[in-house]
Amino acid sequence: MADVAIRSNVKQPSVSFWSRLQANRNWLGFWFMLPAAGFLILFLAYPLGLGVWLSFTDAKIGRSGIFIGLENYEWLWDDNVFWTSVFNTLLYTIVASVVKFAVGLYLALLLNENIPFKALLRAIVLVPFIVPTVLSAIAFWWIYDPQFSIVSWSLKHLGLIHENIDFLGTSWHARWSTIFANIWRGIPFVAITLLAGLQTVSPSLYEAATIDGASRWQIFRHVTFPLLTPIIAVVMTFSVLFTFTDFQLIWVLTRGGPVNATHLMATLSYQRAIIGGQLGEGAAIATAMIPFLLAAILFSWFGLQRRKWQQGESND
Amino acid sequence: MTETAVPAKRAALADHSEGMAYLESLPRRLVTLYLPLGIILLVLLFPFYWMALTAIKPDDQLLDLERVSPFWTWTPTLKHITKLLFETQYPRWLWNTMFVAVGATFISVVASVLAAYAIVRLRFKGASYTGGLIFLAYLVPPSILFIPLSTVVFKYGLFDTPYALILTYPTILIPFSTWLLMGYFKTIPFELEECALIDGASRWQILTKIVLPLAIPGLISAFIFCFTLCWNEFIYALTFLSSTPNKTVPVAIINEFVDGDIYRWGSLMAGALVGSLPLVILYAFFVEHYVSAMTGAVKE
Repeated sequence: MADVAIRSNVKQPSVSFWSRLQANRNWLGFWFMLPAAGFLILFLAYPLGLGVWLSFTDAKIGRSGIFIGLENYEWLWDDNVFWTSVFNTLLYTIVASVVKFAVGLYLALLLNENIPFKALLRAIVLVPFIVPTVLSAIAFWWIYDPQFSIVSWSLKHLGLIHENIDFLGTSWHARWSTIFANIWRGIPFVAITLLAGLQTVSPSLYEAATIDGASRWQIFRHVTFPLLTPIIAVVMTFSVLFTFTDFQLIWVLTRGGPVNATHLMATLSYQRAIIGGQLGEGAAIATAMIPFLLAAILFSWFGLQRRKWQQGESND
Repeated sequence: MTETAVPAKRAALADHSEGMAYLESLPRRLVTLYLPLGIILLVLLFPFYWMALTAIKPDDQLLDLERVSPFWTWTPTLKHITKLLFETQYPRWLWNTMFVAVGATFISVVASVLAAYAIVRLRFKGASYTGGLIFLAYLVPPSILFIPLSTVVFKYGLFDTPYALILTYPTILIPFSTWLLMGYFKTIPFELEECALIDGASRWQILTKIVLPLAIPGLISAFIFCFTLCWNEFIYALTFLSSTPNKTVPVAIINEFVDGDIYRWGSLMAGALVGSLPLVILYAFFVEHYVSAMTGAVKE
């Protein structure tokens, strides 16, 4: 009797191919990823390859180019303005990043202390980062005006200088002015991110160090800084990246500056390609940025990575 | 036995950060903490004060620095702002910028939600590589891509329309918001989804009914950050838009208020001020989300 019951045809619920496919994670994954992948391939990967290709042609606005090999690069190699822009970009990036890091870290340490209205101060500090760069650049444009600058007026009234400072009209003045504007804008990002990192450091470590008699500098150097290096690596990678490829600030303040003194590679590329119409040459300048970028990213990423000894294990 | 009471200068031990506060005295804190902090805050905020002040100063006081102190004005005027709003195309530019920002943000957040869910939860074959690739996509700067993108935009006939921007901004926004949302989705316990799966829910239902409602803070942060990035974008807007009515605020403002070499500073500053207002208001309401977006993504 029992075996009849067992052998009776129990109808297996049939799972159709379609419904099994719908639960397959690879199938679903493909469809879920499609919008994002579509945008990124169409408007990022393809243009990136196209840009490198364009740098090997003599394309101009309005007509597509023919392949000319390395001619664009040879032309740029002999071009003084190009090398000036490379120098400007490196100077701008290195000085601005170092100062942003130093002042940002200092500000983060200050904000980490026990002060009243900490949340409000933190919110206020972030405002230069929120306001669109172009709009704050316009404010700086006004502050740097050769005749009506408030800075010149204040310094004259304090008796420190005798005539107005020409902020944006002389080469080196323009360089330092734009670097200062970039630092002004970048400090909040570095400071707030490092502040978040500082807040993850357990206070018991500080207390232990104080009990052992460490001075404040020693605490910073041996406790705080090593624990911060992973976050510093990430923040500085982004900061260097965005400073190196900065366009807005320079374009609004000086359009490339008195006699190309503040031209960065990005602004020079725009000027040659869109205003001058030489798409191939502009693309070559833009492609020339890539090796520097890769070097900076690799340096920050690998040089400042978390080391095993920081976690209490032995070095590898 | 009497005990000499040691004057306890200890601050209240409400949280552990005050544990060593007894080592600091007020005068010392004033010099090493409050003074540098005050100076830095002053430098950070002064340009905005100057911008706002110039926007409401009457014209004659703007250029004459000798008669009155430039740091204050006793006769503020709204003339610059009304001129801006009623006599120029500024409202049109504001509308353009809002339209582009909302459109691009919406598209990006939708695409990122799907992509982040797929990478974190579906874990299809090659998911970690895709995640790494998306992170690398964030490192490709717009200043390198704008030239080939301009040819692509031209070829598709999108030149000088806001759709050129709505379709190209997601390339900047999607990597960041995917990264951000991946972090948020990872904090949602998998057990909830397991229960739903056992109960027979499809992945789509799990996403919309369980994961998304729990990830609303993350969605708000992603939305706000993307919105801010759209307003801040300049080089694509400069390259892809050419006719004046179609421009966005950042592009229009640097061209339209300069007659030859006469800079109309009052209107310029008013334009800059009004242009900053939407973002600052949004920021004021959602500060915590903004900060958590910035730091959460960086801390991975």
